[in-house]
Amino acid sequence: MKCRVCSGPAVIDIRRHNANFCGEHFLKLCRDQTAKAIKQFSMLERDDRVLVAVSGGKDSLAVWDILTELGYHADGFYVGLGIAEYSASSEHHAVAFAAERGLTLHTEDLRRDHGFDIPNGSRAAKRAPCSACGLSKRHLFDEAARRGGYDAIVTGHNLDDEAAVLMGNVLHWHTDYLARQMPLLPARAGFPKKAKPLVRLTERETAAYCILREIDYLIDECPMAAGNKHLAYKAALNDIERNSPGAKHDFFFRFLAQAADRFRPGHEESDSRPDVAPCQRCGAPTNNDTCSFCALVARATEAVPIKLGHTRGRKKVSS
Amino acid sequence: MKVVLRNPTRELEFDGPLEVSVLLQRLDLHREAHLVIEDGTLVPNDKVLGNDAVVEVRSVISGGSP
Ligand code: SF4
Ligand SMILES: [Zn+2]
Ligand SMILES: [Zn+2]
Repeated sequence: MKCRVCSGPAVIDIRRHNANFCGEHFLKLCRDQTAKAIKQFSMLERDDRVLVAVSGGKDSLAVWDILTELGYHADGFYVGLGIAEYSASSEHHAVAFAAERGLTLHTEDLRRDHGFDIPNGSRAAKRAPCSACGLSKRHLFDEAARRGGYDAIVTGHNLDDEAAVLMGNVLHWHTDYLARQMPLLPARAGFPKKAKPLVRLTERETAAYCILREIDYLIDECPMAAGNKHLAYKAALNDIERNSPGAKHDFFFRFLAQAADRFRPGHEESDSRPDVAPCQRCGAPTNNDTCSFCALVARATEAVPIKLGHTRGRKKVSS
Repeated sequence: MKVVLRNPTRELEFDGPLEVSVLLQRLDLHREAHLVIEDGTLVPNDKVLGNDAVVEVRSVISGGSP
């Protein structure tokens, strides 16, 4: 196997590009594909202050590394979810990555700062763990970006993630979700824009990027993920990809190019949401009295025998 | 050769020489979903692993609902 660019010995084959790459040119491919996605969807301006949602896994550390390599000012934000060893280990990987590179990582912890954790809090609030977790992370990332004056929140979602979500949305015809499944969600009243610069890379590629860059990412999976539909959709798509290289890419990117618009309402519904006002408890923009995160906190802390922390202490780990 | 798998961590023995792509087939693992690592770096699919090789086969699929 020879590198398509330099004909040196290749370390990885990318079947959908019908090409093999050496380490150096594979890393360049990853950076180029990320830069291409940023440009294609007008995700970031050169001088944007970017906040990367960091979990310690391969995708978030890869996107943080690539953005830094591409010259963006990118800080990290980590949320401790209180999921036993998984959370302890993920925080360790995120903190070590930042410290080694002299990057700034902000951390917040659900238990320390909000009085609940995902396993107990979701049970008390009668929500699926991933749903309580997703809601909490979205809220805390938004708030951290507002507080820190960041222009954009970046997440490490890759092509497999987006294709799997699209598959779920199409199977069940969740047309409202289809309307919003974009690699860039523009800023709107009180919320910064959100970008997914890794959408042109598969997760095999983001993992390979980390290995070649010697990024020590958390390999173990969150125990709450076991058996969920997202994993089943990914497996099904990889079965298709096996005989039809490029199928995942076409599925997602042709949806964006040819179908996504059809699910969007003719009027800009999201920008004209009525009566967005500050949450009475935390001040985040909401169209209810309290935002859904504060409602979750109230329910999650009711039944959990954990000391409530009202000092919303935040640690800056390294800078 | 020694093959290390994760989640849960376990070790398997195979007789070499064996090509990486054949190893994945024997393990019934998907090439789109796995990488093979030897001495901390990637091993291409066409590499023939010797009898004394020690490799890790790592799944690249992450789980959470986004
Ligand atoms: S798998 Fe679910 S609970 Fe675990 S980190 Fe992901 S969204 Fe949160
Ligand atoms: Zn090369
Ligand atoms: Zn609130």
